[in-house]
Amino acid sequence: MSARWPTIQLTVNGRPCSVEAPPMKRLLDVLREDLRLTGTKEGCGEGECGSCSVRMDGELVNSCLIPVLQAEGATIQTVEGLAPNLESGGALHPLQEAFLQCGGAQCGICTPGMLMAAAQLIENHPHPTMAEIREGLAGNLCRCTGFMRIFESVLAAATQASDRNLEQAPHAR
Amino acid sequence: MRGNAEAHELIAPGSLAAVLDLIAAEPGVWTPIAGGTELMVAHAAGRLNSPKLVSLWGIPELRLVRAAEAEISLGAGTTFLDLRRSALIAKELPLLAKAASWIGSIANQSRATLGGNLVNGSPAADSSPALLAYDAEVEIISARASRRIPYSKFHIGYKSNALAADELLYAIHLPRRFAQHRHYLRKVGTRRAMAISKVALAATALVESGSLREVRLAAASLAAFPTRLYRVEDALSGRPIAKELIRAGRSAILAEALPIDDIRSTAEYRRRVAANLLEEFLLELLGNEERS
Amino acid sequence: MPAVPVALHCVVCYASTRAEFPAYSIMSTTATTRIVGAPVPRKEGLDKLVGRTQYVDDIKRAGMWYGATVRSTIPRGIIQSITFDPRIDWAEFTIATAADVPGKNHIQLIVADQPCLADGRVNHCDEAILLLAHPDRHKLLEAVDAVRVEYEPLPALLTIEESEKQNDIILGEDNIIKSFLLEKGDVDAASANAAHIVEGEYRTGAQEHLYIENNGMIAEWSAEDGITVWGSLQCPYYVHKTLRAVFDLPDEKVRVIQTETGGAFGGKEDFPSTLGAHAGLLAMKSGHPVKMVYDRMEDLAATTKRHPSRVRHRTAVDKDGKLLAMEIDLAIDGGAYSTLSSTVLSRATLHACGPYVCPNIRLNARAWATNTVPYGAFRGFGAPQAIFAMERHMDEIAAAIGVDPIELRRRNFLHEGDKNATEQLMREPVILDQLLDCALKESGYHAKRARYARENSKSAVKRGMGVAAFYHGSGFTGSGELYLNSLAGVDVTPDSKVRVLVSNTEFGQGTNTILTQIAAEALGIDFCDVVMAPADTAHIPNSGPTVASRTSMVVGRLIERASLQLLAMLREHAGLTDHFSREEFFAACAHYREAHGKVESLCRYEAPPGIYWDDKKYHGEAYPAYAWAIYVAQVAVDTVTYSAEVEEFWAVQEVGRVLHPVLAKGQIEGGVAQGIGYALYEKVVLKNGHMANNQMTNYIIPTAEDVPPIHVHFEEIPFRYGGFGAKGIGELPHDGPAPAILNAIRDATGIACNAIPLLPEDLFATLTARERVEEPVAL
Repeated sequence: MSARWPTIQLTVNGRPCSVEAPPMKRLLDVLREDLRLTGTKEGCGEGECGSCSVRMDGELVNSCLIPVLQAEGATIQTVEGLAPNLESGGALHPLQEAFLQCGGAQCGICTPGMLMAAAQLIENHPHPTMAEIREGLAGNLCRCTGFMRIFESVLAAATQASDRNLEQAPHAR
Repeated sequence: MRGNAEAHELIAPGSLAAVLDLIAAEPGVWTPIAGGTELMVAHAAGRLNSPKLVSLWGIPELRLVRAAEAEISLGAGTTFLDLRRSALIAKELPLLAKAASWIGSIANQSRATLGGNLVNGSPAADSSPALLAYDAEVEIISARASRRIPYSKFHIGYKSNALAADELLYAIHLPRRFAQHRHYLRKVGTRRAMAISKVALAATALVESGSLREVRLAAASLAAFPTRLYRVEDALSGRPIAKELIRAGRSAILAEALPIDDIRSTAEYRRRVAANLLEEFLLELLGNEERS
Repeated sequence: MPAVPVALHCVVCYASTRAEFPAYSIMSTTATTRIVGAPVPRKEGLDKLVGRTQYVDDIKRAGMWYGATVRSTIPRGIIQSITFDPRIDWAEFTIATAADVPGKNHIQLIVADQPCLADGRVNHCDEAILLLAHPDRHKLLEAVDAVRVEYEPLPALLTIEESEKQNDIILGEDNIIKSFLLEKGDVDAASANAAHIVEGEYRTGAQEHLYIENNGMIAEWSAEDGITVWGSLQCPYYVHKTLRAVFDLPDEKVRVIQTETGGAFGGKEDFPSTLGAHAGLLAMKSGHPVKMVYDRMEDLAATTKRHPSRVRHRTAVDKDGKLLAMEIDLAIDGGAYSTLSSTVLSRATLHACGPYVCPNIRLNARAWATNTVPYGAFRGFGAPQAIFAMERHMDEIAAAIGVDPIELRRRNFLHEGDKNATEQLMREPVILDQLLDCALKESGYHAKRARYARENSKSAVKRGMGVAAFYHGSGFTGSGELYLNSLAGVDVTPDSKVRVLVSNTEFGQGTNTILTQIAAEALGIDFCDVVMAPADTAHIPNSGPTVASRTSMVVGRLIERASLQLLAMLREHAGLTDHFSREEFFAACAHYREAHGKVESLCRYEAPPGIYWDDKKYHGEAYPAYAWAIYVAQVAVDTVTYSAEVEEFWAVQEVGRVLHPVLAKGQIEGGVAQGIGYALYEKVVLKNGHMANNQMTNYIIPTAEDVPPIHVHFEEIPFRYGGFGAKGIGELPHDGPAPAILNAIRDATGIACNAIPLLPEDLFATLTARERVEEPVAL
């Protein structure tokens, strides 16, 4: 049955993959079902909550809104790719480390998408202001934290290498 | 997920010419899909009624920002993130840069295209008021020809536009003659981010010898499609900037605005807030005049 | 970015290898602790951060089918026929109806009146009528649409007002799900000569939990093992109770396993019983494991919400602002079935009079049935509704009698030795004055109010400050904890892990972390050596539901006691000495296991001494302990757009011992954000009883750009009967934001808004209602 679907090549977390899928299948479903990368979550299916956020060719996208055909040849990074060598004793991504220390994750369901949005944010703004953090994460809804611990986590990760004052943290707008 | 991916065909011919040939051969059969931020939402809700779709994503001719002497041209496939990253747009078309920042979130802006926003034709479209205030033209292309029309003539009804079945929106052209204009743009949404506009107002105008000239006012969510507010423009044009202008402007916009009650707001709220936004713009002008 | 070696956080263990002091000495709740109070990493945090945590939708069972639900499209009616469109090959599907229920067709909550599947009639929109299962989930969508249900519609009651007219009776004899009368003193006599009588009516809307993970369940059935469900849920034994009844099975043939749960807030307290039964019916009938995971639209339309409320206050006050008498009429909308409404009403009743001294009270509380989706548990459980009314009303009293709202509260605060509305003696310290001082100072309240009073007239943006004072009772109400009779404890596995045995679940709030902290602390061992036993009814005792801010206080105490009991067992029977190393501890455990087969210590709930509660008169010790708080909101109202935004927020509270500083802060901040949504953004739009805005794009919750800076401050007065001194914390932060925000709006604009959610359209309507003159419109 699947022979009637095109083969789509993409690179996910550094690994070349090839899937046969209906071209309108959502990238989200290809990641979760075909590639069994279930770290990426579905919260709304309409691009509102950001739980399915992944990075595609260096940009943040909602994978629920991408027909997989449009990901042909693309490079995708999911939460599983943030700390690629974890199983072999490698390091966590600084954002993961900061979320753990600062209480950035509660129930955890928004966390994978939030981390990808935060990773994109820090790449675009290595020393983000509070306004940039708020805007960069505005597409990722979290119902547990009220965002304060998340802002603090992002600031902590971003300032790890510099000596910015953490005290200004989430208490500035 | 209420849609069934297997029920839809999607192809990506890869070049503009191939897409145009395809829709010329079977007019009305193929639904173009660019960044997917609208159609994929409909797909998820089981409301996508297009069995055949053709992808415009990744076609280079559609994704560009180009400056000529008299105009700035934007490919219809330019994403809102592209617009926000353009220093040229930030400098010369600040209203458009601001409108681009209103689109959903970063993850939406990386995919949503300017052309998609216009072709979708929501009355609440974020980019439309700014484009109307800048007197934009749109370029429409098909396998047979290309044509340019004022953007103000593009929308012809609720979610309907001037495109023929074999045509695509190709580019948006913005004249470079607004450097001296005063401008205004404000959106009132359901929240600060990830919000659909309840009402938005854009304005450009020249102030000469204390009077208003070349007034362009445009709004979102005040009619069935994004539109200029010609009667308000008439009520303001040529008049000296004075307190009385506010009363004239308000009564004109209260007459011209024909919003609806819907799940996001009420008609009465939209009318009154539109009048308040106009007043805010006029008060800014008044303040500037008094200072100078 | 520089990498951080993974080893760092894996060995973050807040302990030394040798306990510094005998564990018995830490029975004092004020003792210095190593682990309790320390910011240890969240127990399951690492898995959540690397994407390997399995939520229910991430799980696939061999041969698994998918399930879907055919729902009522009308709010009330008789089902006349159900027909199946012949275009579908129904032989491929499993179809389940009420006739397939082997046991009782009712969800087992307080009163079992809610059908598992509608049987002949429907009482609300989106009520489940029929279930379908198929191996291909896409085929289900079409099939659900191909089932035609014909109804004889009956008139529907959709509001409290329609229900209380009692022209049509939809539940019981009078549409009343539950009523309470709380009376003390003589309200009429006290009101007769009062200097002031102040009246007001206050309303709150429904609110959706909007956990980011929708409700979901997987069920498997076999004749030998009975039924097993895996799912997103708060209370394994609630689901267990319903499945036992629906499938008519003995305890041991029902097994409920909680999967990692992506947010709940009460929304996975009662509803999972229904969904578990549905998935179970399809699994039993199809012979396959069946997964049912709702999409967002179905979850929003068909699952529980916070009860809407209407509270009327009539308050007698003396010339100095002392409260003399309160007459309160409290009504909540319970929806179509009883579900948990009686207990929600109870908590609303017990929080309706605020943290104040008032000698004369008459409070009539009723939960009304309507033809809407049954309202259910939601963080605060009736208290936010009642507190909104009381605290909004306090500002109206202050305005009416010309007293500063802060001063009015101060003059009436409860103190240690006072009695509250149920005449419960405040035996523990009450530090409301101190909390208030702190909140005013931290927020710069007085200086800001003075500044705004000067600046507002010149600005289109009007700013204001608002305060709410409140308490929240920890644990089940009255005798509830005695009825629950919770059992919890710890055991030690042969591979040297101490396991916490509870049915209290993790859904983001930190259960795993605080209970393992408590066990490690009490046992004098490392945090790393303690884990949670899987939340699986085959392995855990019933320590009650994960609700009512009871986990840290009630269950935490049980774990503290069970841990100390284990040490005593090891000392008595396995030679453990007062000071021991990790190796000595586990060696003693091994020794004990050889003699006794297993190492397990369980404790049963014991009420604190002197607790007396009269369920009939609503009199006595309503809660063993209260958490106390003062919240302050700084609000800006834009008169161009009529929108109110919270600019900054201060949450000052006393919650007993803070077990984990980061998690506790996270609880408060998250609750405040949800409370801000409740006040200003979140509106459930019902059209003929169906939620019309059942999409995230139309049900608006605050984003990262909308939540203001939230400042959290704790005062700690350890409660001697709570786990290491803890009281409840989870619900408290939802109580205060709405009244504080609306009070700030009143301060900013001078306008009393008495209903939430207060959307810009509502503020516009309130403001323009005062303008008499129509604005000219050009012809």
